[in-house]
Amino acid sequence: MADFIQQVVSGLASGAIYASLALALVLIYRATDVVNFAQGEMATFATYIAWSLMDHGLSYWPAFVLTLVLAFIGGAGVERVLIRPVEHRPEIVIVIVTIGLLILLNGLTGWIWGAEVKAFDSPFPNETWEVGGVALSVVDIGTLGICLLTVLALWAFFRFTTLGLVMRAVANNPTASRLQGVRVGWMLALGWGLAAVLGAVAGMMAAPTLFLDPSMMLIVLIYAFAAAVLGGIDSPLGAVVGGLTLGVLLNLLGAYVDFVGSELRLPTALLVLLAVLLIRPQGLFGHAVVRRV
Amino acid sequence: MPLLELRDVLARYGPIRALHGVSLSVEEGEVVAILGANGAGKTTTLRAICGMVRTAGEISFAGRTIARRSPEGIARLGIAHVPEGRGLFTELTVWENLRMGAVVRGGQKALRQDAKRILGYFPWMERRRDQQAGTLSGGEQQMLALVRGLVSRPRLLLLDEPSLGLAPTVVRELFSIVQRLNQEEGLTVLVVEQNATIALETASRAYVLEVGKVAVSGESAELQRHEGVRKSYLGY
Repeated sequence: MADFIQQVVSGLASGAIYASLALALVLIYRATDVVNFAQGEMATFATYIAWSLMDHGLSYWPAFVLTLVLAFIGGAGVERVLIRPVEHRPEIVIVIVTIGLLILLNGLTGWIWGAEVKAFDSPFPNETWEVGGVALSVVDIGTLGICLLTVLALWAFFRFTTLGLVMRAVANNPTASRLQGVRVGWMLALGWGLAAVLGAVAGMMAAPTLFLDPSMMLIVLIYAFAAAVLGGIDSPLGAVVGGLTLGVLLNLLGAYVDFVGSELRLPTALLVLLAVLLIRPQGLFGHAVVRRV
Repeated sequence: MPLLELRDVLARYGPIRALHGVSLSVEEGEVVAILGANGAGKTTTLRAICGMVRTAGEISFAGRTIARRSPEGIARLGIAHVPEGRGLFTELTVWENLRMGAVVRGGQKALRQDAKRILGYFPWMERRRDQQAGTLSGGEQQMLALVRGLVSRPRLLLLDEPSLGLAPTVVRELFSIVQRLNQEEGLTVLVVEQNATIALETASRAYVLEVGKVAVSGESAELQRHEGVRKSYLGY
């Protein structure tokens, strides 16, 4: 039983990372109607910036916060510079731009920081806490806590502030928003900025276990896709629940089903993705798309 | 000087011309109607005023040229548009929709000042402020769209076919509220309507559009007697 709880908690920790990145995907999907394939690389890039800041002597938390600020500016900048010119083109054009950005950032990361794997510190001590006979990893608990805190802050922003309301309105009906005097373009940029912040949190939380290399978030992005689809690609709550569920599921399968192991984690995630798309395409919390003809 | 003035306004959707030189004006404190059949250019005229369609010709509002400004810039000058299909935020609540209406004025705080007075015209809305807008009935949605326009404290309210798809009693209620708002608060309204009977009862003046041009215009009482208008739009 103790082992089972440990596995669940550890699954929740990696699930929280998937959830953060999945939420970033959902944010952009709701605002721009496309899946941002560069979300993982943007996160990796931000994590490298954090690494550089610490390499230059900054301690962890100042570097963490500064990275979030830079990630926000970078995300908003990407929207203004790369997405805005193709905003009114068919969705496939925007998707291709994000794939281009993925390749560009991946190359840029390797060019600036080199391809060799770097160690990335965790802000949490490598210890365990004994809770009722169960040894819980402090790193796991901390990772889960930081990710959930970020998600909660974002939720409060959308729920309680006027700016958050305006962003929800823009996602719901951009034309009507313009008629209320809203500068929709800037709200989209803000959305990309917030998504980049979520990605940066996911990247910095993932880096201590995955180690830092230019393609670090590629696989995490696939888990995040699966999580977002599982929860419903247009549902922020779904992304979080989907991410946590997927994390726990993969961890338990890896621990208790012999033939899954670590090699079959990724195919299992893809299987979940496929199953959801076949059985319930709108996901757990998403809306079925009904088009009026 | 009129509050709103259009002079020889042309508009097109791609190669298709929708307006062939529309001229009209609205004075402060008036209710003016635009009548016409489907495809006559009524909705396009409103869209031209709001900057939602490319135009040539002159459009001025409160002494300023507004042609070629962005829709959000025009909204900020004090023109509220209740569009065809109502343009509600269906996933947001009634109250959140109203907050969006007041967003150019600073949101929640500005809204609270107006809400009591304006919701006095719509008592049900206060009780259902947390309901999702998409779940309201058609008539309720139209009224919500109207109130959302009002809480921006517009100098000019544009109403696009408010009667569309609504039961006759709801249409009467809606127009009587518009009339009261005009009389009690001096609200200036430009309303596009297919239902000429009720539009002419509410408005003091009207323009009749035919194929993208003003065919007839005048005082409502005059148009009610006009033979062509009577036959084509009033049906007697």
